[in-house]
Amino acid sequence: MNPAVLIASVYVFALAAFLGYQVISRVPPLLHTPLMSATNAISGISLIGSLVLAGATHSPVAHILGFIAVTASTINVVGGFGITDRMLKMFGKRKDEGKKAPAAGASQ
Amino acid sequence: MSLTSYFMEATYLIASILFVLALKGMSHPETARRGMFMAEGGMFMAIVGTLIGAHIVTWGWILVGLTIGSIIGIWMALFVPMTSMPQRTALSHAFGALAAALVGVGEFIIRGSEMTVVTRGALGFEVMLGALTTTGSLIAAGKLHGTIPGKPIQFRGQNAINLIIFLAMTGSFVYFWMHPSVIAAFYTMLGVAFVFGVMLVIPIGSADMPVVMSLLNSYAGLAAAATGFVLGNNVLIIAGTLDGFSGFILSVLMCKAMNRSITNVLFGGFGAVIATASANVGGVMREISLDDAAMQLAFANRVIFVPGYGLATAQAQHAVRELGELLESRGVTVKYAIHPVAGRMPGHMNVLLAEANVPYSQLYEMDQINPEFPSTDVAVVIGANDVVNPDARDNPNSLIAGMPILEVDRAKSVIVLKRGQGRGFSGLENPLFFKSNTNMLYGDAKSTLSHLAQAVQHV
Repeated sequence: MNPAVLIASVYVFALAAFLGYQVISRVPPLLHTPLMSATNAISGISLIGSLVLAGATHSPVAHILGFIAVTASTINVVGGFGITDRMLKMFGKRKDEGKKAPAAGASQ
Repeated sequence: MSLTSYFMEATYLIASILFVLALKGMSHPETARRGMFMAEGGMFMAIVGTLIGAHIVTWGWILVGLTIGSIIGIWMALFVPMTSMPQRTALSHAFGALAAALVGVGEFIIRGSEMTVVTRGALGFEVMLGALTTTGSLIAAGKLHGTIPGKPIQFRGQNAINLIIFLAMTGSFVYFWMHPSVIAAFYTMLGVAFVFGVMLVIPIGSADMPVVMSLLNSYAGLAAAATGFVLGNNVLIIAGTLDGFSGFILSVLMCKAMNRSITNVLFGGFGAVIATASANVGGVMREISLDDAAMQLAFANRVIFVPGYGLATAQAQHAVRELGELLESRGVTVKYAIHPVAGRMPGHMNVLLAEANVPYSQLYEMDQINPEFPSTDVAVVIGANDVVNPDARDNPNSLIAGMPILEVDRAKSVIVLKRGQGRGFSGLENPLFFKSNTNMLYGDAKSTLSHLAQAVQHV
């Protein structure tokens, strides 16, 4: 890694940290469990590193390591997003609230 | 750069933006799902971009890995019950960290000799954090699932031994950094990091798991970010950093909610120390009959339910929701007060209640609900203990002094649902149980709640 790339990477890191802090401090405690499973699924992006290791190299050892890494991070991505969605679906409104709103609009 | 490489970089950029937008959507339950669709789209694009642009030569391992991973992932997503969410999440921290560590090892094998000092440093971090998070998360998952005893595992000289292991790990890291030709240093670091992960988590009790979960979440993210530094890949840095910071923020919040420092959680061995010290509180606990409790609830104006982990272990979420709805149909205002560490991971209790169809508008955070207790007729504490212990506020000598609590004792009347007369998990005496406006209702939370609901119907 040459110095210019390193400096650019450090910028990306610092800005991402700042952005992450700003965005994540606005997440209400209500959604902290889905937040954790969502960020975990997102960091499953290391899948792309695993793909390169498993497919774009010529070392058999790297293929095996890459294969395990691909499997592990795919579990994270697929399982993480799936379960986050399942949780978020449950955070429903009160059943009658949805019905009341259009009724109120119609009466006006 | 070839055209396909440009395409790949473009998908990475779009994925990064979509990830940030997804987390922004998380600020409200109504926008959260839409946000996650964006993140899923971003992830899909990044994967396709990589497969097209990364000059893949052998497809076999990739396809098999993607298939196996998807099958297990889908199975997890569909069938893991919400009560097991903490161990599922811990397990996926382990998978994420393992992937990062293995990518690091692979990089070391392929281009270890030609790495610059900076890349080698990042690689060391990646592998070290990845390895210790893998084993640490597995232990945490085991404890949460009950395969490993949940209580702290401690022995004499534990902190000293851990310190030696930590020094051995960082020492081999530094040695590898300085002398890249010594391959043994790299693998020693890897091995010791695996051991350190185990040692770090075994002394921590189940009640402290919310902090540990958040911390491991943070480490897993930082390991992914370090991978980004090694590979010179910005989307990895961004996604990993977002995950790392999210975990960090959550661990700070969880520590605040218990009024403890991270060092204290990691090296304090909370559960073990506290069992030896217990204040003597005079007085008697008053038991109340089911019918009297039902009467109180049925004629109340405002009722607040305070669920603790006991509610989850008794699987009583649906029973409490039924009772709550019944009371509402009688015109009672019903709210739920959720302490930040009520479950085994941040926000766990909210998920459990949401699963039981409690609308999220009825779930209140500690700071929102505390001012409302004085005007509440009945507060019903279900399987919670330390988070409603007034000693934390009133008694500076208490072991949990300063921990923010739900101020249940200020309600006009309190009903405590408890399995038995014992002291509960931390072993601390709770003066709330002895107050004149507190009544105890013993028994299994689930059956007590459904009997209460029946009794309310007959009032």
